[in-house]
Parts: sequence; C-alpha cells; structure tokens
Amino acid sequence: MTSSGTATAPAEPVAEEMVRRRRPRPPTQDSGWWAALLLLPAAAGLAIFEIWPTFQTIYYSFTSWGAFGGHVWSGLENYRTLIADSDVFHAIVNTAIISAISMLAVPLSIVVAALMSLPGMRGVTIYRTLYFLPVVTLPAAVALTWKYLFNGDYGLINWLLSKVGVDGPHWLSDPATAIFAISIVGVWGSIGYNMVIFLSGIHGIPLDYYEAAELDGAGRVSQFFHITVPLLTPSIFFVTVITVINSLQAFDLVYLMVGQTSPAITRTETLVYLFYQRGFAEHDGGYAAAVGVLLLLATLILTAAQFRLQRRWVHYG
Amino acid sequence: MAESSKRRVRHPIAHLVLCVGAIFMVGPFLWQLSTSLQTFGESVSVPPTFVPHSLQWSNLSTVFGALPFGRELLNTTAMTIARTVGQVLFSALAGFAFARMRFRGQGVLFAVFLSVTMVPYQVFLLPQYQIMQRLGLLNTLVALFLPGMFSAFGTFLLRQFFRQLPLEIEEAARIDGANIGQIFWRIMLPMAAPGMIALGVLVVIWSWNDLLWPLVVNSEPRQMPVSAGLASLQGQYTTNFPVLMAGSLVASLPVIVVFVVFQRQLMSGIAFSGVKG
Repeated sequence: MTSSGTATAPAEPVAEEMVRRRRPRPPTQDSGWWAALLLLPAAAGLAIFEIWPTFQTIYYSFTSWGAFGGHVWSGLENYRTLIADSDVFHAIVNTAIISAISMLAVPLSIVVAALMSLPGMRGVTIYRTLYFLPVVTLPAAVALTWKYLFNGDYGLINWLLSKVGVDGPHWLSDPATAIFAISIVGVWGSIGYNMVIFLSGIHGIPLDYYEAAELDGAGRVSQFFHITVPLLTPSIFFVTVITVINSLQAFDLVYLMVGQTSPAITRTETLVYLFYQRGFAEHDGGYAAAVGVLLLLATLILTAAQFRLQRRWVHYG
Repeated sequence: MAESSKRRVRHPIAHLVLCVGAIFMVGPFLWQLSTSLQTFGESVSVPPTFVPHSLQWSNLSTVFGALPFGRELLNTTAMTIARTVGQVLFSALAGFAFARMRFRGQGVLFAVFLSVTMVPYQVFLLPQYQIMQRLGLLNTLVALFLPGMFSAFGTFLLRQFFRQLPLEIEEAARIDGANIGQIFWRIMLPMAAPGMIALGVLVVIWSWNDLLWPLVVNSEPRQMPVSAGLASLQGQYTTNFPVLMAGSLVASLPVIVVFVVFQRQLMSGIAFSGVKG
C-alpha cells in the first residue's frame, strides 16, 4: 500500500464518458499570476518532499555513511556491495515468486468481473463490496489475522487440511512455505482491486459484439473467450504490471507475518523490506539509497515495458 | 440467495461461484471477529472454536490497556485528516491551473508532476526523514502527516476531472465579470466535488493504512499511529490471539466504514486512474 499513491501507469481506457473530445483551453487573461498562486502549494510541497529527495537519494547511493550520520563519496561502492549481496539476490527471487503466485489473482478476477457483468445479474453491489473489502483493510490487521490462520498448531488452515488428511506445515516459520503463505494473502488482497479494473474494462466493450455473437450461436463461455478476454488485454497488461510492482513493494506482510527473527526471513524479504532494514534499523543510509535506486529503476523499466508492449500486443477493439 | 416470488434467480451457477469466492474473501474477517470475543483457551483449542461460548469483551479493554491504543487511534485519525485535506485542497488548486489556464512553462511543469507520480515513495523516505530530523519533528504528530500532504497523483487526477467540466458556465460567469478566483471557488470547485471525494477517499485509505513512514519517524508509542501500534501489540501478546484480533478489528473498522459509505466514488476513482487502492 503506498501512502503517496504512486500512479504507475496511464489511465485505463475506461468508459466512454472519460474519453471525450479534447476541448481547447479557454484563453484567460492574466493567467500567469493566478496560475502561479494556485500551483504554489503543490509545487513547493512536491519540490521539497519529493523531487529534491529523489535527487538526494540518487546522490546518497554513491556515498558511504558513518555510524554518526556523516557521509563521504564512495563512488560505486554501494552498487558493488549490492551486486554481491546474497540478500539482494534473495529479495529479487522472492519478488519473482510473489509476483508469479500473485498472478493467479488475474484469471480469478477476470472470471469474477465477467460473472458480475452478466446481463440481469443481481446482487452485484454486495459482491463488489465483499470482494473489495480486503483491498481497503489495514494491512497490519490483515497480517495479524492471516498469521493466526496460518499458525502451525492452532491455525484454521492446518485444521482444515487435517480434515482432508494433510499434515500442514508451520507455514510462517518454515523457510520453504513462508513465501507461499504471504503470496496467498497477496492474491486474496488483490482480487478486489483487479476486479474493479476489469469491471470498467468490460463496461467499455460494446454490447453489439455480444449480440452479434449471440446471433451466430456462440454460448456464454465462447463469448467470454472470444470477446471478453481479447478485448480486456489492455486491462490485463495493466493489472499484470501493477501486480509485479506491488510484489516489489511488499513490506507490511513480510514485516508483520514473518519478521526479522524468523528463520524464514531470507526466503521472504523483499527489496522494500531490505531498504527499511538496512536504512533504518541498521542506519546504513548509503546502502539503503542504492536499494531505493534499484527500486526506482525496476519500477521505471516495468512502466516503460507496459507502454511498449501495450502498443504492440493489444486489441483496442 | 433469496428467490423472489415472481421470478427464479437468473444465472444460478454464476451466483454459486461468486458466493464461494465471497466466503474466501470474507472468511478471515469473520474469523477475526469471532476470535476477538473468545477466551485464550478457546482460541488455541483443537478443533477450533467457531462461536465463542460467551462474548469476551474484556479482550478490548486488554488492548486499550496494553497500548496507548486510544491515543494511537487519535493519532491515525489526525494524520488521516491532515493528509487528506492537504492533498485534496492543494491538488484541486494545481489541477485547476493545469486544466483551465495557460501559462509559460506549463508543459514542462506538468511533465515534472507526471514523472513524480512514477517514483516509488520509498525513494523519498531517507531525505524526508532527514528533513523531519532537522526540523526537530521526529516523534511528533506533525511528522506523521507533513510530507504526505502533497500529491502529484492527486493533481493529475483532479486535472482530469476539471478538464471534463463544460466550458459554457465558466464563460458565462466571465462575461458577467467574475474573476478567476470567483469562478474557481463558486463554480468549478462545487462541480468537481465528485472527483475531490474520490481522491479524498483514496487518500483516507492510504493514510490510515500507512505503516512504513510511521515506523521510520515515530518510535515513541504515544506518537505512533495504530498501524505501528498493532506491530508493538504483536510484540507484547505474541500468541494471545483474542487480544491481537480485537486490536486488529478496532484498528481496521473506521476505514471499512468509510469504504462502505463512499464505495461508489472510490471505485470510480480507481477505475478512472488505475491506481493502487
């Protein structure tokens, strides 16, 4: 969950009312002063708290920090350490695993959105509320609740597994399973968000496509695979990239469900967890800044990839 | 599903699938609720307790006794209100300027705003921490909300909303001699209210749920928000599940209420911008 809300991609091709003709801007007199006045708070705030800090972080990534806050230029030293650091390697592998498992939420949420969009479907508002609830719920509370569900001795999940003859592991302390537990919570928490994106995507598909398919004798399932899914490709791309970016950003669940003292931490830590641990628990600002730059590059590459791939692969109908 | 007396339910299979999914989505919440009212013994029994024998309201008083929990809820509330008011107000001003005015350097400035939205917010944290340190604001309420009052994303979102408003009203007002300030406050702002509410709800959710920044700036329990408070509650009551669940429930309830009340605006804001909720 980002607090400053990183919009990571261009707006979705949403419902028609969003895609109006561009109007010419009204020619206003003496706009200069007014514009400056209106822009000042936002521009000043962003300059002080976001734009300048971005450059500072990039600069810090080339410095070495002493224990008492001073820092000296150290060139590529942090990056060399970074490349050789097994924790960074783990974080990247963990991110890849979390992303891959979280992708399960994509087909699930497409099906959910398609079922909710059936003509004459009732109770959609209630379903939408229930499915979206995990998205808005305090991640710290979510982490504690799932930690109890996954508890090896008293957890509901292992009890349910024992009912079907499976002896469940100590999910969160076992290095082999902890990452799967976290990823399952990730899937649970992202279905609702994906659903909203897909609902608006489906809403934008012209109804006559379905009517024409109906006349040709295509059933609901065939319509789903031949109309809904292909025309949703822009949304699917968008959600896929968001899923990877969120996996990259995973922190709350790792911090609260696994934590520093667990034997499973190296198998679950992510780049943001590493950033927090090195920068604020161990006060190695230079190294943390380098991790931050890595995060920045990864995010920019993903966003750029999204733009390029969309141009090449996507049906806009 | 209640069958209406006149018609049978359409799409029974679809409802079946969606209901099974809904159980998976809501199950953890029900489990949290049930456990928060159990005794410790019930919470670690095998087979698990589904319905508490008698409701243990004492778990709540334990939570409020273990932490300055009430104070932390107030901290979270203050942090959420300040960030939301700041982001919505400043984004509305800047969004209006970008959408409706012409000035030199507009393209460049907008490109800068747009680039900022692509930077993951962890990149700002280290320098923001230093700013707070220099201002002597570590472990204060102000540190929780000050950097979070500005948002390039919000500006972008509200600019989109302002651009959709019809020009005619604005022109009519101008012909009647209204200046830009009057047009903005009296006409544009009320018309952009849906967009501002959508942004507001998003910011409320992000602020309420934020954990990383509070961990970084405020280690003092009385200055923590409730998200960080839950982390320390877990430190104290590692396996006292009823207490942990009671804390989780109380800490997450307010934002769930906000979500249920404003869900339409929230969904439209998310669909419109494609942003993480």
